[in-house]
Amino acid sequence: MRFSAFASRNSKELLRDPLSLVFSIGLPLFLLVLVAVLNRSLPPVEIFKIENFAPGTAVFGFSFLTLFSGMLIGKDRTTSFLVRLFASPLTASDFLFGYSLPLLPIALMQAVVFFITAFFFGLPVTASVLLTLLVLVPAAVLFIGFGLLFGCLFTDKQVGGVFSLFVWLTTFLSGQWLPLDMVGGPIKKIAYALPFAHAVDAAKVALAGNYSAIIPHLLWVIGYAVIVFIIAIWAFRKRMKA
Amino acid sequence: MTTAIQTINLTKKFKNRTAVDSLNLSIEKGELFALLGLNGAGKTTCIKMLCCLLSPTSGDAVLLGDSILEQPAAVKQKINISPQETAVAPNLTVRENLELIARIYGCNKSEARSKADEIMQSVGLSYRSKDRAKTLSGGLQRRLSIAMALISNPEIAFLDEPTLGLDVVARRELWKVMRGLKGRVTMVLTTHYLEEAEALSDRIGILHDGRLKALGTAEQLKQETGKTSFEDAFIALAETEAQP
Repeated sequence: MRFSAFASRNSKELLRDPLSLVFSIGLPLFLLVLVAVLNRSLPPVEIFKIENFAPGTAVFGFSFLTLFSGMLIGKDRTTSFLVRLFASPLTASDFLFGYSLPLLPIALMQAVVFFITAFFFGLPVTASVLLTLLVLVPAAVLFIGFGLLFGCLFTDKQVGGVFSLFVWLTTFLSGQWLPLDMVGGPIKKIAYALPFAHAVDAAKVALAGNYSAIIPHLLWVIGYAVIVFIIAIWAFRKRMKA
Repeated sequence: MTTAIQTINLTKKFKNRTAVDSLNLSIEKGELFALLGLNGAGKTTCIKMLCCLLSPTSGDAVLLGDSILEQPAAVKQKINISPQETAVAPNLTVRENLELIARIYGCNKSEARSKADEIMQSVGLSYRSKDRAKTLSGGLQRRLSIAMALISNPEIAFLDEPTLGLDVVARRELWKVMRGLKGRVTMVLTTHYLEEAEALSDRIGILHDGRLKALGTAEQLKQETGKTSFEDAFIALAETEAQP
């Protein structure tokens, strides 16, 4: 009950801020439509084909979950709201789930909106889309974990700045805009040592129906999500005791 | 009378600075105890330790039989706090803020709703129940923050400068609420408004450099210092060691 009351509060805080929805759905959707339209009128580019770009857009959209969770925790810290909650019977796991779980339905909503839009631009309506939504869940959790971590380490104002760098890095290293095979060399190695390109690739192969190729990519994402959450929990507990 | 709060050599050190130094204090159940001191005297650090927000460097405190070191979860169930800064959820309505805290402390939805009605009535927030907290004035947000500290029916309430920023009428209304709770709820109040401490508290403790410098009723402290006003008595006690 405690956890669900807290989670419900966090949902309301997020969804009642119209900017949240504009940024998390509106901006990626605009890019998706723009690229789909350009790809129709210009000579087609492989990475901008709708079946490649839609999964990347979903992962890009998830990066806003990092911003929201980080800002929410950062704001709660700076306004002393978290002091009040730390003095309450809420436990560390109540906080963790209370901050994380309300973002998962938002992530699902984002991905569904992007794929429905992609159908209008030629993405085939197949059962693979449902599997792709499932494959995207660990990526959503990963981005939420980064938000928890940033919220513990930075104030709400600092989170905005850190996010700018984070979103640039994740987008660049996910291979959504620039084919990593074309870039090659150390950048490709770095990109595949991190989870973002794997998150996009897992969704792409799931969408293409190449199911056997999903697991290796997904393991990278799940592994990183676990590590990021462990660090976030450590930072949060430290913050509670401080 | 039963002891609500007993501190045993409670100490907090930050690097080379001792914020609270071997505090031994006993507060009775139902008592309204004012903890006074100049800025940096250690009041907020003391309250944070008693609320299990900060671990003591040494010593302990027992709140209604539970140690802050050994049974923090049990302590947290019995207490509530109104932090120094206003602490409300900005995008939630007044009612939602109150119901949130009630539910965190174990109420079901209908209990939380009726408790919210009750507390809004007593602090004069009913007419703004549907408004989001961020649309309230600073004073009303403060009132809401205090109501959130009281809605869980805490056995011990820590009120850290609760009337800061309230206008005179709102402050008097809150005094009325606090007077009504006296005897039922143990309250630890910090404030810079000396007339507030004098008017409301059963006993006053004055902290200076983390040490308990004086303890007694406002009248006793005036007699101890030979001053006719409580403000003069406070200045005499709080500044003694600061002078060369």
